[in-house]
Amino acid sequence: MLKNWLTKENLTVTVLLLVLMLGVQVLYSAGILSPFVMLNLIIIAINIILAVSLNLVVGFTGQFSIGHAGFMALGAYASAIMTLNFNAPFIVSLLVGAIVAGIGGIIIGIPTLRLKGDYLAIATLGLAEIIRGVITNIDYLGGAYGLMGITQRTNWLWAFGCMLVTVMVIKNFVQSSHGRACISVREDEIAAEVMGINTTKYKVIAFTMGSFFAGIGGALLAHYITFIEPNAFNFLKSFDILVMVVLGGQGSLTGSVVAAIVLTLISTFLQSLAELRLIIYAIILILVMLFRPQGLLGTHELSFKLLQRKRGVSHGNHSANA
Amino acid sequence: MTEFIQQLINGISVGSIYALIALGYTMVYGIIKLINFAHGDVYMLGAFVGLYATAVLKMSFVPALIVSMIACAILGIIIERLAYRPLRNSPKIVILITAIGVSLLLEYTTMFFLGPQPRAFPEVFKQVSYPLLGGKVTISNREILIIVVTIILMLLLQYIVHNTKIGKAMRAVSYDMQAARLMGINVDTTISITFAIGSALAAAAGVLVGVYYNKVFPLMGIMFGLKAFVSAVLGGIGIIPGAMTGGLILGITESLVSGYGSSLYRDPVAFVILIIILLVKPSGIFGKNVREKV
Repeated sequence: MLKNWLTKENLTVTVLLLVLMLGVQVLYSAGILSPFVMLNLIIIAINIILAVSLNLVVGFTGQFSIGHAGFMALGAYASAIMTLNFNAPFIVSLLVGAIVAGIGGIIIGIPTLRLKGDYLAIATLGLAEIIRGVITNIDYLGGAYGLMGITQRTNWLWAFGCMLVTVMVIKNFVQSSHGRACISVREDEIAAEVMGINTTKYKVIAFTMGSFFAGIGGALLAHYITFIEPNAFNFLKSFDILVMVVLGGQGSLTGSVVAAIVLTLISTFLQSLAELRLIIYAIILILVMLFRPQGLLGTHELSFKLLQRKRGVSHGNHSANA
Repeated sequence: MTEFIQQLINGISVGSIYALIALGYTMVYGIIKLINFAHGDVYMLGAFVGLYATAVLKMSFVPALIVSMIACAILGIIIERLAYRPLRNSPKIVILITAIGVSLLLEYTTMFFLGPQPRAFPEVFKQVSYPLLGGKVTISNREILIIVVTIILMLLLQYIVHNTKIGKAMRAVSYDMQAARLMGINVDTTISITFAIGSALAAAAGVLVGVYYNKVFPLMGIMFGLKAFVSAVLGGIGIIPGAMTGGLILGITESLVSGYGSSLYRDPVAFVILIIILLVKPSGIFGKNVREKV
């Protein structure tokens, strides 16, 4: 197994990622990267975590969930409470946030995943709204005013590290036999069932994993902006993440990564024009749905092999079948 | 007891508005199986058209209502033409995402031009409260107005659906689109008219809300639209009497929750009802369970 993993491509990618991670940190420490750039890099990393985890549910398992922000809220609040009230180390509050969100995913997933399509979408939207409504009503969690004064613990290394772990775990899951089972549920649930796949089990697994990583995303965000309020996790937040998944291509992890980067940059540049940002978002979304409903990358993944093959074809080298 | 009756009256007036919007959701879902997320925003635009008709054009209530309904009917047709018709045979998730996109587009375009702050709706009627049951319960002329307008519109809709040719076509298309087409029904026109009627009803609801609460703002359609959708699911989506019943049940429940519990729990309760109904009987109160064919 290790031999399969230690390919030239994987090694190159690992080295590149490590260089990126440490390079950015060194540049920032040396004062070359401004705090503003750093802020955006960290937000990009968090958005990648959120997009990739939602893609597992929506893109790979075909369960249309529009309540991702609800799980973010669970993770953010649980981890914030751990650091604020229990003085827990950051790693512990991250894990608690993720686990609380994951448990939320199981509790919510088991009953609701019996629903399909539109109904599931509406149920997840409703559940996220319920989570938000309940948080608003709990004084211990700061009610509608939110929690303030969370220590800033998220930095570039934490954000990038968590992002790497998320992408690696989900990539490996998707490529495993469990992942194939999830994809079969997406393609045709009844056929998958007939082939002996326990569809409920895989839907719940994917949903729980998605929620778990959404919880990490929420926890990182809470410990970065040091302030959380229930309204930060409303329908629009879920929708923001969904746009990344849809734009990148449902069923393409690299697509989600690219879309998360592009959309975060777009929203940074349009920050002063909040309304315009959402108008552009909406137009992009409608146009993509009308002209390229499978998203920018469809179900393809970007890889070096793909680039090499593209180059080969453009040079007229048709014999390269690999 | 008087408190209960008072909440019931409030509930029925809010519920009537939910019912009017829910009709649009249910009719569109019944005919093309699409949750038209943008419907709540059509309602919002209806309220704004009503505001301009009364505040700028100095119209009285009934003409403003009619102008708003016509404007939104046209808007509904345009949305269907541009966004939904090209996708009619696409997977559901694609259409649903488009609907969310259209919804955002309407909300933020309105916000871009008019600003996010709420605007005061002109006082079309001087508010008069009539005491009932020895003065312990009051009903205002605005509440009576909402209920009367809703009843008139629903009777009108009932007449259109059951006694006119276009109503017959709508029922046929919702029953079986292919068969209806073979029978010579113009399916595209029928769907356009369904959107027009649904949007007109939402616009009426918008104007009524403007009159009732005295304010309109660009994001008012989100929560109201979602709750109207909950009403539609509650009664059984695709079923017209279901939307009316669902709207009333939701409105009354909400009023009772804010009256006896906390108004902060009003929104979560609506969604709890939604989840319960989805889990127990996804086809709604009036719906029949249909088994999926393989």
